[in-house]
Amino acid sequence: MMQLTAWDRVQLARHQARPHTLDYITELLEEPRELHGDRLFRDDPAIVAAIGRFGTRSVIVLGHQKGASTTENVARNFGMPRPEGYRKAIRILHLAEKFGLPVITFIDTPAADPGLESEERGQAWAISSCLQAFLRAQVPTLAVVIGEGGSGGALALAVCDRLLMLENAIFAVASPEACAAILWRDAARAPEAAETMRITAQELHRFGIADEVIPEPAPAHLDASGTIRRVGQALERHLEELLQLWHEHGPAHARHLRWARYRAIGLWHEDPVT
Amino acid sequence: MEWDAGLSPADPLRFVALGEPYPRKVAEAQERSGEREALVTGAATILGVPVGLAVAEFGFLGASMGSVFGEKFARAAERAAAEDRAFIVFASSGGARMHEGVFSLFQLPKTIVAVESLSERRLPFITVLVDPCYGGVTASFATVADLILAEPGAMIGFAGPRVIEQVTRQKLPAGFQSAEFLLQHGMIDAIVPRPRLREELAHYIRLLTNQRSTSPVSFVTRQESDR
Repeated sequence: MMQLTAWDRVQLARHQARPHTLDYITELLEEPRELHGDRLFRDDPAIVAAIGRFGTRSVIVLGHQKGASTTENVARNFGMPRPEGYRKAIRILHLAEKFGLPVITFIDTPAADPGLESEERGQAWAISSCLQAFLRAQVPTLAVVIGEGGSGGALALAVCDRLLMLENAIFAVASPEACAAILWRDAARAPEAAETMRITAQELHRFGIADEVIPEPAPAHLDASGTIRRVGQALERHLEELLQLWHEHGPAHARHLRWARYRAIGLWHEDPVT
Repeated sequence: MEWDAGLSPADPLRFVALGEPYPRKVAEAQERSGEREALVTGAATILGVPVGLAVAEFGFLGASMGSVFGEKFARAAERAAAEDRAFIVFASSGGARMHEGVFSLFQLPKTIVAVESLSERRLPFITVLVDPCYGGVTASFATVADLILAEPGAMIGFAGPRVIEQVTRQKLPAGFQSAEFLLQHGMIDAIVPRPRLREELAHYIRLLTNQRSTSPVSFVTRQESDR
């Protein structure tokens, strides 16, 4: 395939015909049942949850849900979760812990919802609690970035034992448009910002943040079933490894490894100072 | 005593915006502020109570959180835990530091992991939200603290008011995202004016750790009488 720019990848990651979380749930799980609600306020359509059989065991799936059409996208708030979405994820995570079920998450959101009501209901509080719940999880956790990994809103479901990315997925601290608006004072320079920000799967893998890049021989929107199959195979492989780790060393050790992984991220200079 | 003063930002992305390389931007901020980074950490005593302290300096690139901010925070939390100190953080920030890209984003989980060391030893972790406090800092360590205090009138939130107005095309009500608004919505424990902070922080730490408090006057009573 010809060399794609970071901005090309952004377009592919956002492509409306790309498979979304519910497509993965339908294809990869047997007998799935969707689970709804945060038990506090309401059901957020931008984060979906399901339980089902994956291979030979039950698993819990959580993911951002974008729409395949404009109408569906409006109903799904373009995959931008409100606080109740993160609180639903926390509730379902606790359910997984009670029954010792592995958790798989699908990351695909432009950002957490930046609306007035989300602020009123504590968007920042919901995200930090969700991060903490995932970091503390007493079960194996796996995340796959299937499209857009937009900032804290994506990160809240992504801090897992394994972080995989599809070849044309991105993960960024802010959207290229927002970054261009902040630093260049011109949102139209987003393509340049996309390059500068180093947001592609290849770069996250090079940084040691993503564990594996799952190839897309054809972009996911042109080969949905092939993409979903490859994601399923990668998940199966990593899940086997994690379950073995859990079995051999126990949950305390496994959680320690997860903490060490996230504790270590960052680059700096250090001079000896007394 | 200051901790980890030798840490300064690297340039993991070789980031250049508007012709200005990130290291030059950092050097200017260092020159202006006299600090190497936006977060200063160390050991202190508040009215006889030993604490670990972290203070964000908004004047340093908007106290944006990059790798050094996250690392200094994490080390300070862990060192406070090791030295049996409560951990107090004065949090102010414009959000994650764009110039370090995804490395900045992943400081969020790093800071949350680091405060586990305090939880394990049952040591108090208290944040004081200082104007303004937004983005990645509000969505990480600042809001998982045991107690969250804020200064009167401080503006605190996830998305900034300008972004919210642009996206929603709604006019924001007066007082939206103020400390008073957050108290009313159940997001923070108390609003404490700066002159009372020492006394209140020492008092909260003593109460949480089951020690007799020396504070003679109830703050709530005093607030009532101020009205």
